[in-house]
Amino acid sequence: MMLTRDGIAYRIARDLPEGGYVNLGVGIPILVANYLDPGKEIFIHSENGILGVGPKPARGQEDPDLISAGKGFCTLALGASLFDQTLSFAMMRGGHLSHAVLGAIEVAANGDFANWRVPGQAVPGVGGAMDLAVGAPNIFVAMSHLTNKGKPKIVNTCSAPLTARGCVKRIYTDLAIIDVGTDALVLREFMPGHDPSGIRAKTEAELTIAADCREIDVPETFNGVPLRQ
Amino acid sequence: MIDKTLADCKQAVAPVFDGATVMFGGFGNVGMPGQLMEALLLQGTRDLTVISNGAGSGDFALAALFRERRVRKLIASFPAPTSKHFRECYLKGEVELELVPQGTLVDRIRAGGSGLGGFYAPAGVGTELAAGKETRVINGREYLFELPLHADFVFLKAHRGDRFGNLCYRGTMRNFNMVMATAGKLVVAEVEEIVPAGSFSPESVHTPGIFVDHLVQVARHPGLADKPSEETAP
Repeated sequence: MMLTRDGIAYRIARDLPEGGYVNLGVGIPILVANYLDPGKEIFIHSENGILGVGPKPARGQEDPDLISAGKGFCTLALGASLFDQTLSFAMMRGGHLSHAVLGAIEVAANGDFANWRVPGQAVPGVGGAMDLAVGAPNIFVAMSHLTNKGKPKIVNTCSAPLTARGCVKRIYTDLAIIDVGTDALVLREFMPGHDPSGIRAKTEAELTIAADCREIDVPETFNGVPLRQ
Repeated sequence: MIDKTLADCKQAVAPVFDGATVMFGGFGNVGMPGQLMEALLLQGTRDLTVISNGAGSGDFALAALFRERRVRKLIASFPAPTSKHFRECYLKGEVELELVPQGTLVDRIRAGGSGLGGFYAPAGVGTELAAGKETRVINGREYLFELPLHADFVFLKAHRGDRFGNLCYRGTMRNFNMVMATAGKLVVAEVEEIVPAGSFSPESVHTPGIFVDHLVQVARHPGLADKPSEETAP
């Protein structure tokens, strides 16, 4: 059994705290916004100048001047603020956000990660990925455990162009939750139907098993969306 | 009486010369001075160095400047996969790209606009974007030295302005516009409405008129008036 992309997002949302200021990258990370606990007040930051991104507007209610970093229309949440790029990157690079959730191509054992340039990509674009990676104190990576070709994405050394060195704190995949410890990667949770040795076999980098390592607890569906498959 | 108002975009772009360095505000289509870009396109100015977050999308405004091969070099953080005209120029080797992490781009412009000779930035350390840059360890952390950016012409987009050049924005239009306003020899803003002086309170002026040389009232670019494109960003 594996988590779906929504399932990974759901699980990450459980770990975001009340009062958090969180930047969500494109791909799986942006789905996290759909699964935040309504009982927690969490501000979503968008690099183009929003703190407090709200849900997508209803059709016909779009404001042409209000988009989030993925360039889609958005709304504003209670307590939101709008600002320019200088202030937005002061938040990102100055350590003011609590978390950033980012997609990745590869994560290395020492917390290095690569997410900005797919090998072979014709036109490079970096955006705010590097600034966020060096600035947010808790970098969570959301990705599939293996590539489409079945190769491990958690590796000894990244082969794709690096986004930043040694900054990833925790990795959420469709199979496992892994902390980047000071000495080693630590397996904290794994999907039902798998076991720590099976996760190890799918991970190139060495994995230490946490003393309280347990199964990932995610429901089958949420609002009709499958979280496990 | 001070009046920085110009009659139209054609007049606003007239001083731009071949080989000039030009900054354009905007993130995605929001806050992009689309009408000034179209006027520049019509004027036929060539060999531009463009400083902008992206490379435009669709077939108009910034994207059209690439389509018509008017840009020699782009300094940007995110030419999106959807920037098809830039992509074509880039793959044919017809445009040079200087890729800069977005926050570093912002602060290089800020340095240019606020009289700084450069600064040390953490973004890009240990990556291919650090190539050729001076590094320095400050309080145990490694940084890259980054140079200021300045432009011959800066084109902005704001919501409203007055004859003094005071500007205010709405939604996410502020993005690069506020910092770019400080970093040009000649700064021109495209606004949707020029309002009588005193219409907005001093507290609600986002860009003070000292930074703005001219402004022109023009309807929103039709390509930017409807749904923004669904580009992706990292």
